[in-house]
Amino acid sequence: MGSEAYPPGEYPIVIVGSGPGALQTSYFLGRLGIDHAVISGDSGPGGMFRKWPFFQRLLSWTKPYAPAERDSREFERWDWNSLLALEPELRGIATEFMDGTSDFPSRPLMQSNLEAFAERTGVTVRFGCRWESTRREETPDGDRFVIVTSDGEYRCRFPIFAVGVAEPYRPATPGIELAVHYADTRDAPSYAGKRLFIIGKQNSGFELATGLLQWASRIALSSPSPAKTSIETRSLVGVRARYVQPFEDSILGGGVDILSASTKGIRRLESGAFEVQLERSDNAMPMTVEADEVIAATGFTCPLRDLPDLGVATFGQSKLPAQTDFWESASVPGIFFAGTITQGAAGLKKHGIPANSGALHGYRYNARVLVRELARRHFGIAPERPALDIGDLRDHLLAEATRAPELWHQKAYLASVVSLDPDEGVRDEGIMPLTHFLDADMGDAVAMTVESDGASIFPVLYVRRGGNQEEHALDPDPLHDFEGLPHRRALATILDRLTAGASAA
Amino acid sequence: MATRDEIADAIAGMAIFVDLARPQLIGVASRFEEAFFPADSRVLRQGLTGSGFYVILDGEADVVADGQKLATLAKGDFFGEVSVLLGEPPTADIVATRPLRCIVLGGPAVEGFLVDHPRVMFRMLQASARRLRNANRRLTANQ
Repeated sequence: MGSEAYPPGEYPIVIVGSGPGALQTSYFLGRLGIDHAVISGDSGPGGMFRKWPFFQRLLSWTKPYAPAERDSREFERWDWNSLLALEPELRGIATEFMDGTSDFPSRPLMQSNLEAFAERTGVTVRFGCRWESTRREETPDGDRFVIVTSDGEYRCRFPIFAVGVAEPYRPATPGIELAVHYADTRDAPSYAGKRLFIIGKQNSGFELATGLLQWASRIALSSPSPAKTSIETRSLVGVRARYVQPFEDSILGGGVDILSASTKGIRRLESGAFEVQLERSDNAMPMTVEADEVIAATGFTCPLRDLPDLGVATFGQSKLPAQTDFWESASVPGIFFAGTITQGAAGLKKHGIPANSGALHGYRYNARVLVRELARRHFGIAPERPALDIGDLRDHLLAEATRAPELWHQKAYLASVVSLDPDEGVRDEGIMPLTHFLDADMGDAVAMTVESDGASIFPVLYVRRGGNQEEHALDPDPLHDFEGLPHRRALATILDRLTAGASAA
Repeated sequence: MATRDEIADAIAGMAIFVDLARPQLIGVASRFEEAFFPADSRVLRQGLTGSGFYVILDGEADVVADGQKLATLAKGDFFGEVSVLLGEPPTADIVATRPLRCIVLGGPAVEGFLVDHPRVMFRMLQASARRLRNANRRLTANQ
């Protein structure tokens, strides 16, 4: 690992970034023997975890004593912070860095976890190599993307951008320059006795409010919509339970005010304090709040540099690139994405619940699926498709629903697929995007997912037969165990129609 | 298209949001999410549960049921509300015929949104009444 790796030149694939998404993608490419380069402007691996979260404690848990062996696939369900590895001894690395103070690791321990992964797996990055611009070139051997860097030019057929959603976003509010962005928050003691106004009621706003509760004299948080917690939404949408203390303070009148209002402007008063001008969401009436400090916890955007000039379509406040099911630019074929940017391929968002592609425990699987698809489509590497005994199909699908971490972390997004080809027999096709299963022309097949409707978690079987599709939601289980008799019976009834009784034998 | 203000600008003239003042439009932009669908991709799938309520910001989409095109939707049109309100899967596919930008609200959030915005509910009801009337006219004409 170092600045001498991957000198400028031509590679089949160039990965830009050195956060967990880049490391994970490089790891799987390397294990398939696909030549590639990894470049990053940073000085070491870890991406955003080298700096944030500001209060140095993550939102993603690792449970070292979960009910599965640490080197097993099943364990990944309880370990949100380890990158994936094929070798058992390289799995669950994050558990080694848990210090017993919390199941949410500290930022420095997360950084150590990622550094250990890179070192032990041999994933190499050319650090200090800053991506500056991008262009396309026609060559006799097909188009190339040229990535211009501080070290020189890289040419490749397929760039993979894993550059995070890390560029501070500031809305065009008059006076916003008077606010400090979350990214530039100072040490907590410097806010002692201050009246603090936080623009934004997402996790970053509540992280600051939680961390500064003991320092600030008053804290107001504001955004146009009411804040909801993850417990209310029953998903990772909303403010995480770790940050509920400001809610309680607000309810009990303890010095935190949670407002639903648009910020119309900020101005400095003669006293040196700031006046934040608001418009209430409930009655459109104006109101003002005086504060000593204003922090814009207004989120981040993708640092895509000149990719939009190449035609990469973006959407949303975060300027996420629009992507296909396999995380390829929807408007510029050949450009791929990895890491948290893959949340731009939203999937079905069934029942309004998004996948976890914005977080490591979701996008690590996207990276594996992406590499498998790239390998198949462009490098002539056929994926493994183990044969299954038809008599084992039901139990296989229910085991996947109960234990497959891909399905639990990427609900209604990634599916465990089995093809039912009359000539090839029953084949385990592995994990693939649910939307791909639903839209691709791949013959008769079934796909198992785990889904949530905001009230409960349950398995869903999708059946494709003779060009028709069916969706079969199975019942939830209080212990999330779908391998018991009721589910075996229910699934057998569905599969019997497909396989003439052989599946439940 | 990106920020709340830009989305509020884009929806300001749409029939379904025509009664809303600026702060309420900002509120709509905050509650909905922007979504992008490449040409030829399916936005709603006939028979599949768990969909949402969509309003088109830009682009076009076809309404396709059992392989038959029924209508074309464009900027300002909305879809998915029937499925959400009835709690039943959509009876047609919605297929983007060119790049499609929408704002979308997940199914479980729609009731709360409509109760909070009765004028939007009224405009939606009006649109549904028009669709019902037109369907009746077609039915009558075909008899």
